Amino acid sequence: MATSFAGVPIFDYEALASILFFIGLTGAIARRNPLVMLMSIELMFNAANLAFIVFARAWLNNAGQIFAFLVITVAAAEAAIALAIVVVVFRSAPQVDVDEVRVLHG
Amino acid sequence: MIAFWIIAAVLIVSALWTVTARKPIYSVVSLLLNFAALATTYLILHAEFLAVMQIIVYSGAILMLFVFVIALLNSGIAAVVLGRDRVPVAPAAAAALAAVAFVATAIAAAHAPAIAPIATHSPLGAVGRGNVFGSIGDFGQALFLSRLLPFEITALILMVAVVGVVLLAGDLTPYVPTRRRAEQTRRALREAILREGK
Repeated sequence: MATSFAGVPIFDYEALASILFFIGLTGAIARRNPLVMLMSIELMFNAANLAFIVFARAWLNNAGQIFAFLVITVAAAEAAIALAIVVVVFRSAPQVDVDEVRVLHG
Repeated sequence: MIAFWIIAAVLIVSALWTVTARKPIYSVVSLLLNFAALATTYLILHAEFLAVMQIIVYSGAILMLFVFVIALLNSGIAAVVLGRDRVPVAPAAAAALAAVAFVATAIAAAHAPAIAPIATHSPLGAVGRGNVFGSIGDFGQALFLSRLLPFEITALILMVAVVGVVLLAGDLTPYVPTRRRAEQTRRALREAILREGK
């Protein structure tokens, strides 16, 4: 296993991925605009992808890249469905707050 | 090595801008910057195919979807009423705790002895060369030969997403374009523009 590549130790890549992940997590928790929340979730997906690809490179194993591919697909599907939900919610009730959307609470 | 630190700075700054921007469209622009910088990182890490997919799928498809929805919601169809952004104490503490745990895990993983690599028998070589680790040929062989199941699951996920989106947001009554309908749409649009203007 390579512990550094392109002159940068693997831990620095992991630190970068975790920083990006927690910037995204903070955005998803703290922001109230549904679109910005979704974009923060995309940031988290990307940080996870970076970690996958770093470890794929470290062990010279393709599985990490394949899984990153899977994550990209899931992210695309998630964005499409979430934006459809946003459009539906904002179409049925023209003025709405994210916290007021309780239909899915059950 | 300097390239990595420049890219890392761009990544972090654009991520912060995405999260803190007042208008969603600014978030989209900074997210575009973030995705482009991440694609560069993928190239450094010998993931050529994923770098291209990052540009095509994320910047090309997903961000365009965001821009489309922002345009749709801002065009007078709906007004987004938002409260103040929240700073919840318990989730913030949980996030901090998770951050510590994540970094600890990352350190442990980085220092772990090599788990017997399931080697793909592809040597490491320059980015852009064929038949080296992470090249498009190598990736395609892995995707279609040894890891076909995830690929097929991907197809299923996409199909479910398409059906779900059509069911959720699609207009299930067939649309028959008539002169009256066109006039209605035009009037609604004009009213929306006037309402937005004042």
